[in-house]
Amino acid sequence: MDLFEYQGKQYFARYDIPVSPGGPADTVDEAVKEANQAGYPVVVKAQVQVGGRGKAGGIKLADNEAEVREHAAAILGMDIKGHVVKRVWVEAASDIDEEYYASFTLDRAAKKHLLMLSAEGGVEIEAVAESNPEAIVKLHIDPVDGLDLATARQACVDAKLPERALDGAADILVKLYRCFTVGDCDLAEINPLILKPTGEVHALDAKVTLDDSADFRHPEWEAFSATEELDAREKMAKEKGLQYIGLDGTVGIIANGAGLAMSTLDVVNQVGGAAANFLDIGGGANADVMAGALEVINFDENVRSILINIFGGITRGDEVANGIVEALSRVDMRAPIVIRLDGTNATEGRQILVEAGIPEDELRSEPTMLEAARAAVSIANEN
Amino acid sequence: MAIFVNENTKVLVQGLTGGQGKYHGLRNRDYGTNIVGGVTPGKGGQDVDGIPVFDSVAEAVAVTGADASFVAVPPKFASGAIVEAAEAGIGFVVSITEGIPAQDEAKAYNTLVRSFPGTRLLGPNCPGIISPGKCNIGITAGEIAELPTPGGPNVGIVSRSGTLTYQALYELKQKGIGVSTCVGIGGDPVPGTSFIDCLEQFQADPETHAIMMIGEIGGSAEEEAAEFITRNVTKPMAAYIAGVTAPAGKKMGHAGAIVSGGKGTAQGKMDALAAAGVGIGLNPTEAGELMAAIVAGL
Repeated sequence: MDLFEYQGKQYFARYDIPVSPGGPADTVDEAVKEANQAGYPVVVKAQVQVGGRGKAGGIKLADNEAEVREHAAAILGMDIKGHVVKRVWVEAASDIDEEYYASFTLDRAAKKHLLMLSAEGGVEIEAVAESNPEAIVKLHIDPVDGLDLATARQACVDAKLPERALDGAADILVKLYRCFTVGDCDLAEINPLILKPTGEVHALDAKVTLDDSADFRHPEWEAFSATEELDAREKMAKEKGLQYIGLDGTVGIIANGAGLAMSTLDVVNQVGGAAANFLDIGGGANADVMAGALEVINFDENVRSILINIFGGITRGDEVANGIVEALSRVDMRAPIVIRLDGTNATEGRQILVEAGIPEDELRSEPTMLEAARAAVSIANEN
Repeated sequence: MAIFVNENTKVLVQGLTGGQGKYHGLRNRDYGTNIVGGVTPGKGGQDVDGIPVFDSVAEAVAVTGADASFVAVPPKFASGAIVEAAEAGIGFVVSITEGIPAQDEAKAYNTLVRSFPGTRLLGPNCPGIISPGKCNIGITAGEIAELPTPGGPNVGIVSRSGTLTYQALYELKQKGIGVSTCVGIGGDPVPGTSFIDCLEQFQADPETHAIMMIGEIGGSAEEEAAEFITRNVTKPMAAYIAGVTAPAGKKMGHAGAIVSGGKGTAQGKMDALAAAGVGIGLNPTEAGELMAAIVAGL
C-alpha cells in the first residue's frame, strides 16, 4: 500500500524521525486552522500519489491566513495528472540550506537491504543515477545485522554530506531503517532530507510503501487503508478479498493463480483484445469466491465479454462450475462468458455446466487457453 | 536421477495437523513420497493417519532421520519454522506459504545463508517440487506430471509461478514427454532457491536432457539466469515469461511480480534469454510446442 505524504510523515513521526509540524485538511477552513496551529509561513501541499505536484501548482507557500485560503481553495479539487486533490497537508515552512536524498529498499538481486544516500536531493533520484551515478552511495545491509549508528555515519561521510550535517543525518538514517524494518515498509524514502541553517536535519517529504503481507501486526495501518486510492471496482474486489487490478480493456478476466492470470492478459492481448482487469481467485477457490469474482467483473461497465481461465491444482473444476452456475442464478451478467477449464475435476466441472442448461450465447467452453481467448476477444470486439 | 529430491528423501511436514498440512501432506504420501513425520508444537505424540507428530523438528529428525521438510504453516509463523528446520539440520526445506512479510523472509534467507549453509530453502510462496514417480513435496497434483522416460529424453522444469507450472506439466504430458524434476521456485521477492541453482543442477543431471523455464515480471532473476545459461548451460532450453501486458507499478498477484522504474519487464527478460540461445514461447502452449520440437530432435 502506498501512503500519501501526510501519512508517511505521520508514520515517520512514530519512529521519531523529525518532520515539520502540520496537519491534513479537507476544506479551506480546516487548512486555515492547521496553518494557525503550525505558525506562519506555511506550505500548502496537495496530497496525491503522483510526481510533479510542484510544477502542477499543487505546492504553495502562504504567509498569512488570506493566502492559505486562496491557495487551499485553488489546490483542493485540482486535477493533477488525473488525480483529483481531496486533501491538502499544511505544515510550517522550513528554511533550507541543503537538500539530500535517503531511502531504504530491498535489493532483490543481492537479497539484502539497500540504503541509497545522496548529497544531491530534491530531484528525482533516477535523474541523479543517470547524470551523476557517483553522487549516490549504495550500501547493502544484512537484515540479520541491521544498521548501527557508526555505519550510518560513515555512509554520510561517503556521500560527502557536510560535517555539520553528519550527526543529524546519521541519526535519521538509523531511525528510518527502523521504520523500514520494524515498520514493515517495502520502501521508506525521504526526498528531500534537508539541512536547516540551524544545523538540524529534517524530513521535508515522505514516500512510504507498506508491505501488505505484514498488516496482521500493524493495527495502526487501518487508518491508511481507509484512504487507499482504489477505483470502485478495486474497492468492491477488496471487500470480497480478491486479488484484483483494474485495467482499461473490454475482456473481463478471471483466472486461478497470479502467473496464469498474467498469462491470460498476455494471450488476450496477442489475439487482438485488451483485458479489463487482472483477477486471481487464488488456489483452492470455491463456489462462493467464483460467484464473488463474477459480481466484481459484472460491475465493470466496459466489460463486453468474460474469460474464465482455470487450471485446477488445488482449485477444483466442479467447485468453479458450481460457482458459475450460482452466480448466474443471482446476477444478471452484462456479458457472455467463455470458459477454459482444465486440471483437477475438470470433467466433472464441464458436466455441471452442461447440465445447468445455460444457453450457448451466455456461456461456452473452449478446450484451450488460446481458443478461449480468441472466442472472448471476438465477442468483445463484436459488441 | 532427479534433482534435489528422489525416492530416498525422508520428509517431515511442519504443520501436519493443520488443514493445508494435512491435506497436502497426505496427498504427497499417497503419491509415494516418504513422509516420515509431522511437527506441531504441543501436539507431539499424536498421529495424523498413522504419521507420527512431534513437538519440534529436532525431535522429529532424531527419531525419523528426516532430511527434508515441507513447511505448511501460516505466514505469521513460517519464517520461524524455516529457521527451526535449518537449526535441526534439515538439508532441504520447502515453503509453500504465501504472504510472509518481506522483512521476515529477508531475515530468514540471510540467516540460512550465514549460519546454515547446508540447508537449501525452496520458496516461499511456491508450489513445491516433484520428481515424478519418486517424490512430491508441496501442492502439485502429482497425476499431471509425466513419468521420466527410461533412457530419456526428459525435461527439467523450473518456474516462478504455480499454475503456470501445472500448465507446463500438463502440456508436456499431453505430448507424452517425460519430466525428470519440476521445481517451483516461487513468486516472492527473495526466493531461497534461484533459477540459477536449478539450472546448475539440471545441467549436471544425466537424466535431464532439456530444460523448460517459466519466469514472470519483476526483479532480475531471469536476466541473471540468462547470463548463467550463456556461460554454463549446454542443454537445449525453452522459456515463457508472463506479464508482457502488466501495467508498471502494480504487484500482479505475486509479491515479486512488479515492474518498477522501468525495470523487470517481460520484454527485457525475453530478450536476455533469447540472446542466451533459449527458445521463447509467447504463451505457455507455444513454449510447450517449442519444447516438444526440441525433444523430438534429441
